[in-house]
Amino acid sequence: MHPWVGAGNDDQRHILTLLGLKTVDDLFASIPAEVCTERLDLPPAQDEDGIRKTFAAMANANAVMDSLPCFLGAGVYRHLQPAVVDAVLSRAEFFTSYTPYQPEISQGTLQVIFEFQTLIGRLTGLPVANASLYDGATALVEAVLFSHRVLRGKRNLVVVAETLHPMYRKVLDTYTTAAGIEVVVVPPTDDGRLDPEQVRAAASDRACCVVLQSPNFLGIVEDLPSLADATHEGGALAVQVVTEAVSLGLLAGGGDFEFDVVCGEAQSFGIAPGFGGPHLGFFACADRHVRQMPGRLAGETMDEEGNRAFCLTLSTREQHIRRAKATSNICTNQGLMALAATVWLEAVGGAGLRELAASCLARSEELKRRIAELDGPWRLAYPSSPTFNEFLLLGPGTGPELVDRLAGGKVLAGVPTATWGGSWPDGILVAVTERNSASDIGAFVAALEKLS
Amino acid sequence: MSLPAELLYGRSHEWIRVEGDAVVIGITNYAQDQLGEVVYVELPEVGTGVATGEELGTLESVKAVSEFLAPVGGEVIGVNERLEDEPNLVNEDPYGAGWLVKISGSAEGEDFLDAEAYQQFLEQESG
Amino acid sequence: MRHRAIRPEPLFFELNPRRVRRQGYMLPTLDVPPVEPARVLPANLVRDPDPHFPDIGEMEVVQHFHRLSQLNYAVDEGLYPLGSCTMKYNPRINEQTARLPGFASIHPLQPVAQIQGALRLIWELEEALKTITGMPGVTLQPAAGAHGELTGILMIRKALSTRGDPREVVLVPDSAHGTNPATASFAGYRAVEIASADDGTIDLGALEKMMDDTVAAIMLTVPNTLGVFEHRIVEISKIVHDRGGFIYLDGANLNAFAGRALPGLMGADAMHINLHKTFSTPHGGGGPGAGPVTVSEALLPHLPVPRVVRTGDDYELLWEDPESIGPMRGFYGNFLILVRALTYIRSLGAEGLRTMSDVAVLYANLVRHRLSGAYHLKYDAPSMHEVVFDDSRQARHEVHNTDIAKRLLDYGFHPPTMSFPLIVHGALMIEPAESVAPEEVEAFCDAMLAIAKEAEENPELVKTAPHDTPVGRVDEVRAARDLKVRWMPEDDGA
Repeated sequence: MHPWVGAGNDDQRHILTLLGLKTVDDLFASIPAEVCTERLDLPPAQDEDGIRKTFAAMANANAVMDSLPCFLGAGVYRHLQPAVVDAVLSRAEFFTSYTPYQPEISQGTLQVIFEFQTLIGRLTGLPVANASLYDGATALVEAVLFSHRVLRGKRNLVVVAETLHPMYRKVLDTYTTAAGIEVVVVPPTDDGRLDPEQVRAAASDRACCVVLQSPNFLGIVEDLPSLADATHEGGALAVQVVTEAVSLGLLAGGGDFEFDVVCGEAQSFGIAPGFGGPHLGFFACADRHVRQMPGRLAGETMDEEGNRAFCLTLSTREQHIRRAKATSNICTNQGLMALAATVWLEAVGGAGLRELAASCLARSEELKRRIAELDGPWRLAYPSSPTFNEFLLLGPGTGPELVDRLAGGKVLAGVPTATWGGSWPDGILVAVTERNSASDIGAFVAALEKLS
Repeated sequence: MSLPAELLYGRSHEWIRVEGDAVVIGITNYAQDQLGEVVYVELPEVGTGVATGEELGTLESVKAVSEFLAPVGGEVIGVNERLEDEPNLVNEDPYGAGWLVKISGSAEGEDFLDAEAYQQFLEQESG
Repeated sequence: MRHRAIRPEPLFFELNPRRVRRQGYMLPTLDVPPVEPARVLPANLVRDPDPHFPDIGEMEVVQHFHRLSQLNYAVDEGLYPLGSCTMKYNPRINEQTARLPGFASIHPLQPVAQIQGALRLIWELEEALKTITGMPGVTLQPAAGAHGELTGILMIRKALSTRGDPREVVLVPDSAHGTNPATASFAGYRAVEIASADDGTIDLGALEKMMDDTVAAIMLTVPNTLGVFEHRIVEISKIVHDRGGFIYLDGANLNAFAGRALPGLMGADAMHINLHKTFSTPHGGGGPGAGPVTVSEALLPHLPVPRVVRTGDDYELLWEDPESIGPMRGFYGNFLILVRALTYIRSLGAEGLRTMSDVAVLYANLVRHRLSGAYHLKYDAPSMHEVVFDDSRQARHEVHNTDIAKRLLDYGFHPPTMSFPLIVHGALMIEPAESVAPEEVEAFCDAMLAIAKEAEENPELVKTAPHDTPVGRVDEVRAARDLKVRWMPEDDGA
């Protein structure tokens, strides 16, 4: 017996009697003996106390981000974690329910999705957002396949900024290889930003879309209007990827500058770093492209008495109806993470998000200023380019060496930029959020000084 | 709903009306009933060339999508633009305001049923 | 029984209508000099304040979501018998282990010396899933079952292209879940349907004919979506393997035989496992899930990167491998979901897993026993963890499966799955799962029997259901025709 199995031994015997069977083995008679096993060789079962000890031992073997001044980013950020977010996520009505296919008993989840779609729409500047995708990298993949569909499969080329998160580019390669789509990479200029002329030339009239990240992998804010123009000239769709969603508190989303898709990662909105997942992919596009959009969508309607009600809609795009012709094979999405982001955004509020983003910016600028003042080997890779809350720092050694040595100085300094290659110099990508106090910044600078 | 005698019918439940060198195409009352309430109609672009039996577009209900095929080959010379905002016309007036596409082409040589034969065909199918 | 009143809950955007400044959270004090954004960032890119993104107090936030939560049905409320979705209990200890700061608050790009515990957890879950499936390799990266399917099919594609034998077709049974054909075409294959025999399993004659050198793989669900075990699985594997194809198993229904049978022995080359089904991780109102894929020897070289590699007691990450299909997503998977699944496996152990499957199958057969008199069973082959009825008896009174589903809501139960298998018209696919008490299964059966009686005696009552839910039957046609997928300022005249 086990507490998570509802029937005890007596119950099982009782049901067997009802069914006219002698043993439970009779129910498995259709499984051929040659594929059966007597017993799995798994570690012995543990009670709750044993579980707690086992898992605490594994958890304690990791260095928790909060234990030291922490400047890790590169697509995963440490922002505010209001207690209300986890309190709402812990409600069984949300976390133990299924996809809201039965709207009459799922209005809670459906209204949350509708609010999430609206919030993402307002932040990205595009009217239609879906109910979430797996993560930022797969949201980008979906954006590329979406663009390919919108242009009716006639353009088999994608132009991608090298300053798109390199891990995202690798994920994209996995899918474009299978889909037979060619990828052309445009490197940044000396200031770490894209040159619209290079984008224009690369896209010409052959690309289905141009994908760029802003703020880009190096933390630098791209000039969205000129890049949208350069993209549209040859008829391609412009796709903005955002990996630090809090930047949207200060920077207008690409929709305001004629971008056709804004997608990316919304982990910054109240979701734990969690060693990389579960996070929250988001995707927003124009009204006219809604039928090509991947993923679930909640819509407003009425019940039979005329009350406002919500339900999943345009399901005919999805796999369970369209099967082989679906826009995507996605089924399960990141519903609970979309709830987390919705609670977080609603707790922080509109003015609050702006203030929070401004706090990130101010702290990042302060750290940049203090570094620029240092004598010695430390310098900013792109000192004159605008950044939101992340920047590339160069020092006396390779990125991984510097990160290790600064960890010795009790600072989690950032992410080495050479992990995935790239045309930029080898250094540390440093992210600063509202949770980095002046004393964190002081500790960082002191650790740098020690290593000079 | 009785079957209009002036139309010709295909075995995949579409109807055609010959208008000089062109044919107007729609789906039958039986087809719209099977599909349920139509919420969206995807129509081809005017000027598209199609062969007999090729997909012309799709009709979507809440729970299903079905393709409709070109009963005759030719060039699309007109589409029912009202369906963009009023897809329900396919349900409410399948033989009139709910028409789908107009093709320049001829029904010559294609195998269509008249109203009476289509009625018999329906009875056999559901039989 | 009477109910407590529930108020309609406004949208967030309708709260704080005077749009005054309230505060739902305290920011850390700004202890560095403030910066004027437009002086640091390009002024044309800085956004204007959004008048339609209100600020509300913390209690407003809590009440908003509490009230919304009251409109949902959940596993904790009662039986959730969605066939193939496996709505079982989500143990609370899982939620505790996943929230340990040593798991929740670690960054995926910390130096490996700082994340040895996380890598060990991944490695231990990999070992457990290899043991449970009897297969030699696994990736934990896929974010969901459908994502796992795609991962498996892309590995098969890579193996075939490495072999210089690219193929075009993936065979999918007509009883399959919709993700199977969607995955095949997403991966660049043509999905071709293969018919079921009279007992609901694969028609071997059809397979013999269709299995040629254009077929890359067959995707099989075991037991299939009718709850029937593919009892000729070994013969099927032999036919497919002999002709150079691969066997993809959809492991959505692993909970029917975990601890009793091994997919490795069935000839599987790749199989995804929905951790949110068999291994009790929560469905979360539609995710996040996790869809690890176990593989045979033939696909080992093509597993996604990054991979966890163990040397002695140390764990490393391997980011590059030319034989790999590459990464399927960012980082290493839905890690905190993996923590929950390993918690479940460690708590049950080998014996517990077997009991889990036993009771899952026992309960499905109890439902079959109780309902067979009132509902029509299209395939009478032995049922494993789920049983599929159809509405043909009730349809005589113009009552269809959707009506029965809506009426079940009035009885306080979630309805069964109805959208597939497509080969059963008017399907009612029932999977009780093992975690509830037997009385809960019986109570569900009682409700189903009562509805069958109502369908005969008072069909209008069933056809107009639900009568006792927070909102009445929702107009899905209107939602699709007049598409409204966001709140707009003009909605409240602002």
